[in-house]
Amino acid sequence: MKLTINGIEKQVPADLNTVSRLLTHLELGEKKAVIERNGKILRKDEHEQEPVASGDTIEIVHFVGGG
Amino acid sequence: MLTIGPYTFSSRLFLGTGKYKTAEEQEKAVRASETEVLTFAVRRMNIFDDSQPDPFENMDLSGFKLLPNTAGAKNAEEAVRIAKMAKAADMCDMVKVEVIGCNKTLLPDPVETLRASEQLLEEGFTVLTYTSDDVVLARRLQDLGIHAIMPGAAPIGTGLGIINPYNLQHIIEQAEVPVIVDAGIGSPKDACYSMELGADGVLLNTAVSDASNPAKMAEAMKYAVKAGRLGGEAGRIEKKFYAAASSPTEGLSRV
Repeated sequence: MKLTINGIEKQVPADLNTVSRLLTHLELGEKKAVIERNGKILRKDEHEQEPVASGDTIEIVHFVGGG
Repeated sequence: MLTIGPYTFSSRLFLGTGKYKTAEEQEKAVRASETEVLTFAVRRMNIFDDSQPDPFENMDLSGFKLLPNTAGAKNAEEAVRIAKMAKAADMCDMVKVEVIGCNKTLLPDPVETLRASEQLLEEGFTVLTYTSDDVVLARRLQDLGIHAIMPGAAPIGTGLGIINPYNLQHIIEQAEVPVIVDAGIGSPKDACYSMELGADGVLLNTAVSDASNPAKMAEAMKYAVKAGRLGGEAGRIEKKFYAAASSPTEGLSRV
């Protein structure tokens, strides 16, 4: 299926049908990332249940240095 | 002690985490500053490029309160979205509202800053608002119920120091919540002066991160903030036009 992740169109396996599975696939499982799916900001405990479907827009952000 | 919303701090120096050359240099500076509050920005993760590692991956952040900013936001809605993303990281509910309205000066957009602060208060955030040194805007923000006012000493990253001490004094005098002087600090002198004027704290980044020796500068800033606080509390003397001798003018021994 096709996802737009951080502005980049990506083809990913169709079995990555939850946010948790997608993060594991991207090797971000342990990192402190915050996910927004189609404009909905997710808490960490929602990753397991939140579905991912073809055409979704996924934003993955984290804390970086800043003043 | 400095109290902002539900949080209490013994250090009055807040430190930004941008622009350090290396993670090691940053960690040394953070330790030397003895800060308890670190600011961060929220950005897209570089998922498809491993060459940019997470600078905080190996840093123990457990002893710090994290203060994410909304830098990059051009309006209230973008600021609220960034703040919500930061909150979803489940690391703190404080947020530094920063809505820039001018690319040349990086001065905040007053209208969007006010709107963002209002919306974030409604969402239950502990709101610390970066603002210009506008006295009336500072009061309007306070009236909204923000938890700390953060007027800039000078534009971000300029190191110009306090360019309008007159306005800053008015902001401090009318404030019923903590005033944290944020941005434009260049040297320990500026941090000290901010505190002498009665500020409750100082937030700085570039002055330390871009110093030739960041750890040493961080330590200097720590002392400057303490010295300014003590000096302000102690009550300085009036400035006089004519000299006044410190030694007795009587009892001089003469040949």
